[in-house]
Amino acid sequence: MEDKPQGLLISPIKDGTVIDHIRAGAALTVLRMLGITGQTEEELSIATNVTSMTCGQEGKKDIVKVSNRELSKEEVDRIALISPKATINIIRDYIVAEKKGVETPKLLYGIIKCTNSGCISNANEPIKSAFEVTEAGLHCLYCDTVITTDIESHII
Amino acid sequence: MKHIISIKDFGKEEIDSLLARAGAIDAAPQNQKTLDGKQVALLFFEPSTRTRMSFASAVARLGGTTITVDSVEGSSISKGETLADTVRVVSSYVDAIVLRHPKEGAARLASEFASVPVINAGDGAGQHPSQTLLDLYTIRQSMPLKNIHIGLLGDLRYGRTTHSLAYALSNYNVTIHTIAPPTLELPESLVDELHRRGCTVQEHADITDIIPNLDVIYTTRIQRERFPDAASYYNVAESYRITPEILDERKEGMIVLHPLPRAGEIDPRVDELPCARYFEQARNGVPVRMAMLEEVI
Ligand SMILES: [Zn+2]
Repeated sequence: MEDKPQGLLISPIKDGTVIDHIRAGAALTVLRMLGITGQTEEELSIATNVTSMTCGQEGKKDIVKVSNRELSKEEVDRIALISPKATINIIRDYIVAEKKGVETPKLLYGIIKCTNSGCISNANEPIKSAFEVTEAGLHCLYCDTVITTDIESHII
Repeated sequence: MKHIISIKDFGKEEIDSLLARAGAIDAAPQNQKTLDGKQVALLFFEPSTRTRMSFASAVARLGGTTITVDSVEGSSISKGETLADTVRVVSSYVDAIVLRHPKEGAARLASEFASVPVINAGDGAGQHPSQTLLDLYTIRQSMPLKNIHIGLLGDLRYGRTTHSLAYALSNYNVTIHTIAPPTLELPESLVDELHRRGCTVQEHADITDIIPNLDVIYTTRIQRERFPDAASYYNVAESYRITPEILDERKEGMIVLHPLPRAGEIDPRVDELPCARYFEQARNGVPVRMAMLEEVI
């Protein structure tokens, strides 16, 4: 196991996905956005408020490790909404096989709850909420409401 | 398959061609039987007799027939059926659906489940594209749709007709003058969007300040529910009322529009003036809706 990385707070994983540089305190929201709960089967490690050095500056970050599952880029991209600096590392046999940043997706389905109580997406209909990510904010494709602030609290 | 859900789905060319088509229909209303043998469902989950009658008249003039659901009472809706299911079922009976619904975004949802074209006849405080098109059509009858100075008067916050009209007019390099009571101003997000689309938006405290510059006054109802008490409502309503005296200062050729029904926003004496175009505007609903039906069916 020569390649096994050293000095980490939580142990390295053999195969899976490591989401690093999550905004401090946002790890649990990240899991929720990925649909990972205590009821799902992934083996999880979570570290929150870890001291990290980025560009020579000391700060705090969260880390999430999901064993035995390679999260797709689409799955992870949702995280950009709350943590645009997060990075995704796909691990195969203890090695970082792929490393990428997150990108804000253009469309979000079933992730954000519309703030307009009169919106049809909040009625009991067989649809997922649908938002377009625009410069002005998140634009509901059903009722045209634009969510500009506190996006985190509207995540389903 | 084409749906008409929001005026925002229309580009300038599309609007122009629909208005031109409505004009052609208007000029020869008896010759159009393009919906011969077609049936249209008027699904009205919220009462709006005028809009429903206007669509019914448009279908009939094109030679088609309508079936109407205008009561939630006793229908499967009151038993908890989703709009998605209703629309799927009704689609199998007809060639198009005209939908009015209290929830915003209902028409977009309907278009996702319908197997026939859907025309939005108003969803909640959301979109009502046929109203906007007939407003544009009425302006266009009096003046070319460009470089207009339009005054929007009344409740500009909750009044959806002014929102979509302002948006649609932003295709035509217009200047929008807003005259609204405090707290009922045009939403900031819409003003930003209008600016981005190259529109000038100017706020005014008083209609008399700006009236000599206006080509169009579009006035809307101020609802009593928006005010804490009757007295403050009457004070506000009074200062946003269009009277012949206010109109004395108007530019030649200026027109007054109102989506109707009105409740005191326009003095009845204005009805006699040549600038009063609101009844004409209501009448224009029929040719415009005929053009919309032809467009989708
Ligand atoms: Zn919405």
